[in-house]
Formats: sequence, C-alpha cells, structure tokens
Amino acid sequence: MAIIERPGTGTTPVVATPQQTLGAVKRPVETKGWREWLFTVDHKKIGIMYGVVAMVFFIIGGVEALLIRLQLAMPDGQILSADKYNQMFTMHATTMVFLFAMPMAGAFANYFLPLQIGARDVAFPRINALSLWLLIIGGLVLNASWFLGGAADGGWFMYAPNSGPIFSPSHGVDFWVIGLQIAGVASLLGSINLIVTVVNMRAPGMSLMKMPVFTWMILVVQFLLVFSLPVITVALVLLMLQRSYGATFFDVSQGADPLLWQHLFWIFGHPEVYVLILPAFGIISEVLPTFARKPLFGYPFVVFSGASIGLVGFGVWAHHMFASGLGPVSVAVFSVATMAIAIPTGVKIFNWLLTMWGGKIWYTTAMNFAIGLVVLFTIGGLSGVTHSVAPSDTQQTDTYYIVAHFHYVLFGGMVFGLFSGFYYWWPKVFGKMLNEKLGAWNFWFMVIGMNLTFGPMHILGLQGQPRRMYVWTEARAGEGFFNLGFWNLIASIGSFILAVGVLFFLINVVITARSKKQAPLDPWDARTLEWLTTSPPKAHNFDRIPVVHHLDEFFHRKYEEDTATHTMKKVAEGEDLVRVEEEAADAHIHLPSPSYWPIVLSVGVGLLGLGTIYGIPMIVLGFAITLFASYGWILEPSVAEEIDFEPSNNDGNTKEIAPLG
Amino acid sequence: MSTSTEQHEQEHGMSDAGYIKIALILAAITALEVSTYYVDFGPLFMPSLMIMMVVKFVMVVSYFMHLKFDSRIFSFMFYTGLGLALFVYITALATFKFFIS
Amino acid sequence: MAETATHTADHASEHGHETSTGLSNNKLAMWLFLGSECLLFGGLISTYMLYRGRVSDGPHPMAIFDIPFTSVSSFVLLMSSLTMVLAVTAAQRGDDSRTNLWLTITAVLGATFVGGQVYEFTAFIREGLGFSTSLFGSSFYTLTGFHGIHVSVGVLMLLSTVGIIRKNKITGNKAEVVEIVGLYWHFVDVVWIIIFTLVYLIPS
Ligand code: HEM
Ligand SMILES: [Cu+2]
Repeated sequence: MAIIERPGTGTTPVVATPQQTLGAVKRPVETKGWREWLFTVDHKKIGIMYGVVAMVFFIIGGVEALLIRLQLAMPDGQILSADKYNQMFTMHATTMVFLFAMPMAGAFANYFLPLQIGARDVAFPRINALSLWLLIIGGLVLNASWFLGGAADGGWFMYAPNSGPIFSPSHGVDFWVIGLQIAGVASLLGSINLIVTVVNMRAPGMSLMKMPVFTWMILVVQFLLVFSLPVITVALVLLMLQRSYGATFFDVSQGADPLLWQHLFWIFGHPEVYVLILPAFGIISEVLPTFARKPLFGYPFVVFSGASIGLVGFGVWAHHMFASGLGPVSVAVFSVATMAIAIPTGVKIFNWLLTMWGGKIWYTTAMNFAIGLVVLFTIGGLSGVTHSVAPSDTQQTDTYYIVAHFHYVLFGGMVFGLFSGFYYWWPKVFGKMLNEKLGAWNFWFMVIGMNLTFGPMHILGLQGQPRRMYVWTEARAGEGFFNLGFWNLIASIGSFILAVGVLFFLINVVITARSKKQAPLDPWDARTLEWLTTSPPKAHNFDRIPVVHHLDEFFHRKYEEDTATHTMKKVAEGEDLVRVEEEAADAHIHLPSPSYWPIVLSVGVGLLGLGTIYGIPMIVLGFAITLFASYGWILEPSVAEEIDFEPSNNDGNTKEIAPLG
Repeated sequence: MSTSTEQHEQEHGMSDAGYIKIALILAAITALEVSTYYVDFGPLFMPSLMIMMVVKFVMVVSYFMHLKFDSRIFSFMFYTGLGLALFVYITALATFKFFIS
Repeated sequence: MAETATHTADHASEHGHETSTGLSNNKLAMWLFLGSECLLFGGLISTYMLYRGRVSDGPHPMAIFDIPFTSVSSFVLLMSSLTMVLAVTAAQRGDDSRTNLWLTITAVLGATFVGGQVYEFTAFIREGLGFSTSLFGSSFYTLTGFHGIHVSVGVLMLLSTVGIIRKNKITGNKAEVVEIVGLYWHFVDVVWIIIFTLVYLIPS
C-alpha cells in the first residue's frame, strides 16, 4: 500500500500511493473495492479472508456430516449409496481438518499474532498472501472432484494400497492428492512466515517469556507443521506417482509393504492432531484469565507443556497402527510413549482450573465456550487414554468409539475453542460486539447437540458398530438399552441440534453486521497488546511500537498495585492508553505494498498440479505461469521504493518502522 | 570498505584459502569413499563409510554454509529438522526390521 | 517454492531496521526451509532403503550402477560447493564481476551434474530398469529425480541471480541474496553426499 503520514488524533491519515514501479508490471495501488482484497498483503485482511474461507468449508463439511447422520438415522438408510457414503465421510473429514480447522486457526494466527507481539505485519507479507491463495486453490481442487467424476473415497488417511488405482479407479483420489499437496505448500510457507515473525518481529522488551500464550501455542504449532508437512508430502508424492505415472510403491504384488503409507501418514498425522488442538488451547488461555479476572495460573507450565506436547508428539505416531501387525515390541514402546503424552496435557487442564479457581468469573459467551472446551476436551482426552492401552485399543479401533473420541477432542475441544475466540475477538476485528443473548442460544444448542451426537457413539462403538459403515439393519441392532437403532437416532437428532447451534452463530454474525452499535474499545478488560489500538486496528496496527515491560502488558498499563492492600487498582482506561499512543504516533510509516504476484503464482501452481491429471500441456502452462510470476515477484520490492511514491510534503522527519519482506 | 570486509571475514572465520583447503579435504574423503568400492575394508566397510559421510556432511554445513560461525538460532532450526528426520525414519525402518536382516 | 522465500526483499539492512534477534528474516526462513527439507529427503531416502532390494524381474542395483561415472559426477557437484562459497565471499567484498563469474561456474557445474544424471537414467532404462519395473526402480528414480529437480531449480536460481545482478535490479541486500542462494545450493550438495553413500556405495 502506502506511506501513511503522521496520523493526527481523530483524523484519517493521509495515504500516499506508489506512482511507478520497479517491477515488471505496474503495482496495484487500489485501496478500495474488491481489488483491495485480492491483492492485499495486510495480515489483517488476509486473516479475515482465511476466516471466511474456513467458515465456508465448515458449512460444507457440516452438511456432509448431516448427510452421513441422515443416512444412519434409520435402518436400511436410502439417502446415500455405499459409494457416495465413502466419498462423504472422506471429504467430510478432509474438509474439516485441512480446509476448516487449519485455516481457521490460521485466521486467528494471522490476525492476532502480529498484534500480540506489537508488530506492524508478518515477516513476509507477500508470502502470507501466497499462502492464502494457495489454500483456496487447494480447497477448490479438492472439492472440484465432486463434479468431475466423484470425490476421494479412501477415508481421510487414505491408506494405500486401498487408495491405489485398482481399488479407487475414479479421479477422486488424484484430486485429493493434488489438493492436499497445494494446501500443504500453503501451510508450510505460512508456518515459516509465522516462525520468523515471532522470532524476529517482537516489539522491544517482549522476551519469549513475556509473549502471550496464544502466540506461544501458535509458535509451537508452526514448528510442528514445518517438520511434519514434508512427511505427508512424501506420502502424497509417492501415491501421485503411482496413480498418474505407474510407480509401484504400494503394489503388493511387486513386494510393496502396505505399512509404508501408514508410517508416513501418521508421522505427519499425530503432530497434526496437536496442530488442530493447540491453537484452541492458546485461545482459551487468553479467554479464561480475562474472564476470571486473574492472571493465567502457572504461565511457564502452560508454555512448556505446550512445547513438550509438540516434541513428544513426534514420537507416538504408531499408536494409530496398533492393530496393523506392527510387532509386540513396537506396540509396547509406542503404547508407553502415548501414555506419557497425557501428562503435559493434564498439566494444562489443571492450569486452567486453577486459573478459574477463586476468580470472579464473568460468564460471557466466550467464557462459556472456553469452559465447555475444558470439560469436553477432558472427556475426549480420557477416552483417548483408553486407546493408548494397546489391548483395549484393539477392541475399540475402527468402531464408533473412536469416532466418539476424536469428535469430543475435535468438536468439543477445537471447535469450542475457536468459537470462544470468535466471541472474544469479534469486537477487536470488526468494532462491534456479537450479540450475547444469541450467543447463549448458540452455546447451549452446541453443547447439547454435541453431547447428544457424540455421546451415544461411545455406546455404539463398544457395542461393535464399525466406523465407516454405510448402513445397518434392524435385525442385528440388538435389544433394550443397547439397541443400536435407538442410539443412532439420538445421534442423528443431536447432529441437527448442533447444526441449529451453528445457525444461531451465523444469524448472530448477520445481525451484528447490520447493527450500528459500536463496541467499546476494551469491552472485556483484556490483558494483551492487541487491545492497545483501535478496533478495528488501523492499517499500521500501532501508532507507535509499544515497549513491553510485562507479561500481559496491556493489563499492567491499566492497573497498578495498591501497596497498602496488595490488590491491583485500575489507574487508566484502554481509551486513555490508546490516546497516549496516538499522540506519540510515529511520523512516517512504511507498509508493505500490495502485489499481483501471490494470486498469479498460486494459479500457476494449481494448473501445475492439475496437469498430473490432465496431461503435459497443462503442466507446461502451469509451469510457465509459475515462472513468470516468480520473476515478477523477485523483481518487485516488497515495500515500494521511495521513488514509487509521489513526493511527500513531509518535513524530513521520516522515522520508519517498516515490516520486512 | 576494506576494514569492514576484514571484520566480515573474521566473523565468518574463513578466507578463500580456507575454503579451498576444506574443499581439498572433502575431495580426499570422497576419493577414500570411492576406494572402498575397489579395496576390501572387511568389517570396517560400513562404519568407515558412515563416518566419512557424516564428516563430509558436517564439514559442508559448518564451513561452506557458515553454520559454525553463525547464530545458534540457525543451527537450532536446521538440526532440529535433521534430528527429527533421523529419529522418525530410523524408528520407522526399525519397525520394518530393516536393521536386523 | 524455495525461490519465493529467498528472494523476498529484505529491507532490514537497507533502512537499518533492527529485528528482535538481529538476524536476517530471509536467512532464518531459508534455514527453517532446509530443516523442513531434511524430513522430505529423509522420507524419500528411507523409502529407497526399504525397497532397494525388491527388484522383481528387473535388474539389481549392483548390476547397473556405474560407480566410476557416478563418482565423477558426485565430485563435480562437490566442487560446485567450493565455487559457490567463493561467489559468496566475492559478493561480500562487493566484487560484482567475480561474484557473477563464480555463480556462472557453479551453474555450469550443476548443469553438468544434471546432464550426467540424464545420461545415467537413459543408460539404466536401456538396461531394463524402467520407472514401473520394480520397487527398486520406482524408488530409485523418485529419489534421484527429486534431487535432480532440486539441482535444476538451483541452476535456475543461480543464473537468475547472475542476470539480476548484471541488470542491477536486485531488491534487497546483494551479498545476502547470494548467500541465501548458496545455502540452498550447499544443501542440495549435502543431500547428494548422503545419497551417494547410501544408494551407490553400500551394496544391498
Ligand atoms: C457438525 C458436526 C459433526 C458431525 C455431526 C460429524 C459426524 C461424523 C460422523 C458420523 C463420522 C463417521 C463416519 C463414518 O465413520 O462412517 C465422522 C467422521 C469424521 N469426522 Fe466428523 N462430524 C462433525 C464435525 C467434525 C469436525 C469439526 C471434525 C474435525 C475437525 C471432524 C472430523 C472427522 C474425522 C477425522 C472423521 C473420520 C473420517 C474417516 O473415517 O476417515 N468432524 N464425523
Ligand atoms: Cu495420534
């Protein structure tokens, strides 16, 4: 975008736009309309777009789930054929994991991580835009398969050789493999970007142990991604080469080992489950202290247990393979390692409980969701521990008991954490509060629906209903309390109650968007730096880069200890603090400039990928576009050079604090 | 300019001549590696090949890539990846009984 | 997508902005990327190690490998690391013509290596080792092919750097750009050091 001249209090900053460019093509300079979004490199806009995309995929994945539950509500379901059912649960899971959960965490990370560490943007704003567009392209490729001959049908872990060309002849798996590779590149670039941001772009004084817990958990997640994504990339490449070019990696008749895929997938897959849950842990570690009006209990423990979950998470993958004939020694080793990982997780639960203990709890919707997470995640975690015991897992594996377990963790844990984040940060992002009354409806429908849906699945599973079963018959449903028909019906009813809960949220969003009422600057009496600016934040985030002295810097600027009573007394309001910052604003701020290249490059990569299905010409075309965009990118300075701007009428006071890259 | 260049070299601890020396050592080790193909090293075959491979790896990374003279944070990023790779893949191969036959 | 990360302009040094650690964003990103690449190549190497003895009806590795030939091309790649590092020191001295000279030589050596690989592949195919012949064939071509693509991308990066320095269109700190391209190049070399030993020298 632009140089922003000294923002006077209350007036909008003068925005100067670049007039020429050193790049191969003229730079985009629009600051309005759709172009502003398409070519933006602003981490906040990118964050919002991540959120919108993720929400769309949440709805798609949710509809797929409802179709699954409709099919299973009654005996001899007629809604889906066996084939469509396979596609449905595969795409449901893939969509939820890769296109909803990860991007939604990415939305929060993109938006709030720079704000929480007092930075003006991420380290590489253009790469940030590239990650978003690649993700969108990956998602489109994945879902395009529905219309181009059927979607992938091998389950979300796509075990080979079952996913090979013989057993899965449609192009569904090809689209799946390519879509995930593209989304994987997006995610890898994003994680490198965020790690560099945290390492290098912190405000002065913000040492690692003064970083907010959310930032910490996001950092751990990015490390998990950097080191686990390449492993699934290997698996995907091998499968792609087999399906498109006749390689033999999973061809058992040639002597291939079917466990190869399983290892590669789960070396990635287990870190992945922490990638899904840790952002939610980070969110509620911000929400619980704010609404309990107490600092987080045992900050260093929460941080270190998060980091150790990350590390140990790389050593337990084979617990997903207990039933595969791994051999007794391997099973024993991985069984013990898995039990060990419950310890740091338990530590966190106790930290949260002790944070609430004795606090003056304020039951907002955000807080309700956070408490919901603690309870529901604990249930899911306990059933998880029962899988770590290999003999018991052998009974449970591939039954609905597993489905119950991971939905308590994923829905009760992750999704509740994300919703808590929506309600907590909405006023920050949009300057308006979500309606709390609708929020209560949203929350209670989701809690009740969630427990009705997934609670009975424990019973179904222990009674032996297999997962991925497309139909059941009355004749074999059993009797009395354990009748499968009864519990299947309850689960299906529950899933619609759940859907209504989500609907309340969407209604809430619309109503809030229409309302004119502005949110107060600091509605929750929050604690961290992202609140030390206007809502929504200005393009340059902070008028002056804050200097950090405390963990919970914002809180400590508002409160001082009363030495007589040893209690914290409020000495300033958020508004006062922001005014102080505005008055001391930096004179001349360089922001990274928008660019065409991220979106062009991602289109090139998409074509390159599809070429493995549609042949060499498309590969050549994709490669050409990719190369062209790369050169355009390289030749274009990320912050427009001085001469790109009209001469500014500023008196030479140019203190620049520009984001890099 | 010249003083800053000198400082730079001190920082990185190597001169062009130093790099050439490293390259010569690497070439010599490579020659030795190839010789294992022609000369029978007996039971020393595997261990010596492994050691030579690791030495070459570490030399390129430490000197040519400056990791030895650069910030520890870079080493952390790279060696974490390398260490995890060794750990997960050796473990995975072990479950295939790869090292037993 | 390595190129995109490396060539992102780093304005820190130009405008004298400080990062929290004083380290360059670009270099940090490159090292992270290389750490990640370790797991990528680790996976491909492990796949090869697991499958190299499974030859079906096709030729056995030891029957087709041409050790003298591969030794020479390995040596060429190793020496390209030397010329690369000389380019980096020249760039740090601000000596553009030497920088370009060494970068070009490095690219030529790299291209020689890739040429050798193409020759090797055609020879193997003639001897009956196709991509689909056996698990050995698939995993061999995939591993060495992946590495070859990395080298080719490196050659492209080297030549582009030369062009951009010539035209004086570099965005960001020149010495650092050369250094980062160098990091990538050395990494590719280091991977080959491992492949050469594990794939070619250790009989299966
Ligand atoms: C709207 C709420 C949801 C409902 C009603 C629902 C329902 C289901 C059902 C019934 C299955 C089992 C299909 C079968 O085995 O035949 C399933 C599988 C699965 N779900 Fe969900 N789900 C929901 C949300 C989520 C979320 C938020 C995630 C994760 C982020 C998720 C991840 C998965 C995964 C990984 C599977 C396994 C699919 C497979 O077997 O490959 N689900 N879901
Ligand atoms: Cu796991």
